[in-house]
Amino acid sequence: MENVIELRGVSKALKAFTIDNMDLQIKQGFVTGFIGANGAGKSTTMKLIMNLLQPDNGEVSVFGLDYASHEKEIKDRIGFVYDSNIFYESLNLKDISRIVAPAYKRWNHQQFKAYVNQFELPLNKPIKKFSKGMQMKASIAIALSHDAELIIMDEPTAGLDPTSRRELLDIFQEVMVDGKRTILFSTHITSDLDRIADYIVLIDEGKILFDKPIYELQEQYALVKGSTELLDPDTEAYFIKIDRSPNGFQALTKDATKVKEVFGNHVVIEEASLEEIMFYMKGADSHYD
Amino acid sequence: MQIIISNSSKEPIYEQILKQIQTAILSGELAEGDALPSIRQLAKDLKISVITTKRAYEELEKAGFIYSIVGKGSFIAEQNLDVIREKKLRVIEEQLSAVISNSKEIGLPYEELQELLKLLYEE
Repeated sequence: MENVIELRGVSKALKAFTIDNMDLQIKQGFVTGFIGANGAGKSTTMKLIMNLLQPDNGEVSVFGLDYASHEKEIKDRIGFVYDSNIFYESLNLKDISRIVAPAYKRWNHQQFKAYVNQFELPLNKPIKKFSKGMQMKASIAIALSHDAELIIMDEPTAGLDPTSRRELLDIFQEVMVDGKRTILFSTHITSDLDRIADYIVLIDEGKILFDKPIYELQEQYALVKGSTELLDPDTEAYFIKIDRSPNGFQALTKDATKVKEVFGNHVVIEEASLEEIMFYMKGADSHYD
Repeated sequence: MQIIISNSSKEPIYEQILKQIQTAILSGELAEGDALPSIRQLAKDLKISVITTKRAYEELEKAGFIYSIVGKGSFIAEQNLDVIREKKLRVIEEQLSAVISNSKEIGLPYEELQELLKLLYEE
């Protein structure tokens, strides 16, 4: 199984928002970062993957199985970490593990205790007294304790202080070491992804703009700066989007090698950060993959 | 083996890994049959993505520096030291030829060239 998640031609019309004919593959054993502006469709897509929303058209399969006949099995193998606390706030971790455990076939209490220890979480303190970072760690401890093969997280690092964010990223990396698990997480803190993401999926207005290994973005996407005199209909074709000003132009290209060849030393070429790529891709004139 | 990654370097991270492992092999720090850390372990240790270390290992494998056994890991390959040495020797020969023809152009005698080489070599 190379793709742990597959969306084929998925459409979903919501009140103010539409996903139209979306195809998406998430590769097994890797970390995929899901990026896009607020309202781009990240959460909706994740809900479709979790079967919390059902598509109007198209197919969603997880672990190669469909929800219609394998819902229980799929959910057993997924750990879903929400951006807000889903547990009853006055409960503590001990209570929660007692309530959650029977719901999962592969719940491992020893494992749970080990993670609680490792993440330095208090067992007897009510969840509402947890910091945001502790709540995220608690959710992750639970996901890992039922041996989830696919961990889906919606904005797990939002609202965390830099130290907690780092700790969380370290935990993700540790989780990936045995190669059995897959992580899909949405974020708009793109610097999280620079470090640990293997693939980046960019979504805008319900459409996947690209799905690429991170090194391709780092090596082939670039910011190009130069004099507007260099631009004509032929050379403009090398760019995804061009910002012109009286002092020159700035543009995003997805083919740095070609731009170097064509423009040589007449332009400045800089590596584009994920943030810059996101910014320039939004509202780009045509569809790029 | 120590691998130091610079995030601000212009050189892609996979290339930094590639070069440092190559250097460790050429200097004899890593010998034939030595096991490399697993792709995933190395990614975790260096705090970089799995796909980046995977790419570095794939390139090393393509170039014949290492080989991988499914389920066991990656190991330093044999024979490549000789091959690399030979390749390097060929480069050195070419460079020396250029030095010789330059020397002849200005009439530099062999003894003086040898003296110069000795001086630079021992520097």
